[in-house]
Amino acid sequence: MNTILILEQMLNGLQFGLMLFLLAAGLTLVFGIMDMINLAHGSLYMVGAYLIASIAQATGSFWLGLGLGIVGAAIFGVLLEMTVLRRLYQRDHVSQVLGTFAILLMCNEGVRLIWGSQPLSLNPPAALAGPVELMTGFYYPAYRLFIIGVGLLVAGLLYVLIAHTRVGMQVRAGAANREMAMAMGTNVQRLFTAVFGVGAALCAVAGGMLGPLLAVQVGMGESILILAFVVIVIGGIGSIRGALLGALLVGLVDTAGRTLIPPSLGYLVGPEAASSAGPAVASILIYVLMAAVLFFKPRGLFPTHG
Amino acid sequence: MAKPHARMQTQDSFAPSLLDHSLRLRWSLPVLAILAALPVLAALAGDTFYVGLATRILIFALAATSLNLILGFGGMVSFGHAAFVGLGAYTVAVLMQSGVVSAWAAWPIAMLVSAVAALLIGWVSLRTQGVYFIMITLAFAQMLYYLVVSLRAYGGEDGMALAGRSTVGAGVDLGSDTHFYYATLAILVTAIVLITRLLNARFGHVLQAIRENEVRMTAIGFPVFRYKLVAFTLAGALAGLAGVLLANQGSYVSPALMQWSQSGMLMIMVILGGVGHLYGGVLGAVVFLLLEELLSHYTIHWQLGLGAVLLGVVLLAPNGLTSMLRRKGPSV
Repeated sequence: MNTILILEQMLNGLQFGLMLFLLAAGLTLVFGIMDMINLAHGSLYMVGAYLIASIAQATGSFWLGLGLGIVGAAIFGVLLEMTVLRRLYQRDHVSQVLGTFAILLMCNEGVRLIWGSQPLSLNPPAALAGPVELMTGFYYPAYRLFIIGVGLLVAGLLYVLIAHTRVGMQVRAGAANREMAMAMGTNVQRLFTAVFGVGAALCAVAGGMLGPLLAVQVGMGESILILAFVVIVIGGIGSIRGALLGALLVGLVDTAGRTLIPPSLGYLVGPEAASSAGPAVASILIYVLMAAVLFFKPRGLFPTHG
Repeated sequence: MAKPHARMQTQDSFAPSLLDHSLRLRWSLPVLAILAALPVLAALAGDTFYVGLATRILIFALAATSLNLILGFGGMVSFGHAAFVGLGAYTVAVLMQSGVVSAWAAWPIAMLVSAVAALLIGWVSLRTQGVYFIMITLAFAQMLYYLVVSLRAYGGEDGMALAGRSTVGAGVDLGSDTHFYYATLAILVTAIVLITRLLNARFGHVLQAIRENEVRMTAIGFPVFRYKLVAFTLAGALAGLAGVLLANQGSYVSPALMQWSQSGMLMIMVILGGVGHLYGGVLGAVVFLLLEELLSHYTIHWQLGLGAVLLGVVLLAPNGLTSMLRRKGPSV
């Protein structure tokens, strides 16, 4: 009984962590290369999820929605970068916070204007609707396994792209030292537009994957954006490897906290109080983890700069 | 305290140093007079709704000014300032629930609670730099937010209502919106005068010098960490006072007071008004809340307009609105 519960929770944690990684990967590169705080990153996730959900509803095909939605989100991200964000690179952090917060407000309201305030529903493809028996007596939803698979696949692709291609080398160089990378002939501007587009596409993948599990609604980007920030700060800003480790840590801690803390709290304060305090305590744990990492390693687990 | 550098900036020995800040009485006194007359004018116009709105603006002006003390003058970009506002609010609410209704007892305790929290959080956070500081202050604020959410006894996610406003005595009835407005105005003015005195004193000069060049100040031998920590704690206490006023005004507290978007909003008020300008927080709060009020009057999609205005400010007025006013010419 108990081993099954723990296994199930570990898989849930892995799944959530991998989705966080998709969000954090784009964010950490934007942050690392351009030293730019982008609060609007969560909006890309929201826009992606909305595009996927509405196209899937219109066409009746989850896969078509996913494909077109990802492309649409990437185009949206590139346009955003070319029109507004590009002007904010040279500014200080507080200006970037103000500017991207303004974009966040406009995206939220724009989505509300187009799709209304009611959450959209996004159904997983029929082939993945049922559970799969992983071990005798251990059933796990096929769709969640699919998410884990997609997460691992994208993480692997990113690794190859970043670690084994020329473009990836330029990205890493840009993250470590932008001026030097420019001096060596890298077109950082174009590189950054590309990174931004890829980041937006990754956001949309996460939005499409999580859409059937969580609600597709206005404001969905904010709560997960903060978690993505936590992830990249734990991992070290600009480090893809750090983002992966940080995301898995946060995903596991969050899931473990939600399921393991209420029972253990129950001994102390009674089951009723524990069930109401449990989720909050789990959320606190994530921030305790981050504060502890920063206390001992003020630049995250894998510092990239100097 | 002699300030030799005050004379090095300019030939005019009466001109203050760049680190000094003037109350600009030529502008601020007339504004203060208008603010003082506002309840009377509102009563004449028969619309007392505006007194409540003005009180809310003044309270946020206090909160934003407290953030400006560390963000603008100390260079500490704290993304968790709403936590101290919320702590002050909750302290008053909890005290009132247990029978402490006197403002003279509850308000200082609330400020103390916020100050102690700021001291502890600052002690850990100020070890980090730059973006990491932004994120660790956010982390602590989120911890406090979820802590409050988990406190079922104090309303949890739903928040809790206060029995009424704090009592002051001496003929002042905070239950009256007009009295409460004047109390808020008096507190804000006192806070601004004290902050000006602080900034123009040695402490303020050191703080601003640390903002300009922390490494050099460390090399000269100033205990940089201690200065920053004291400023952070002071700002926390002032934010707590703003929280006290917020809780009193609405007779209601909820975890929403401590949400990260609230911290973001305070930061945006400061940036909008002008980082490191004495009245930056005040101006930002006035413009932001009035804009919100005005736009929400016309359309439910007011956030779209608000976002557009904020974006315009960032792109067109890089140093906030006060820098646009200042461009017209130096005034002392």
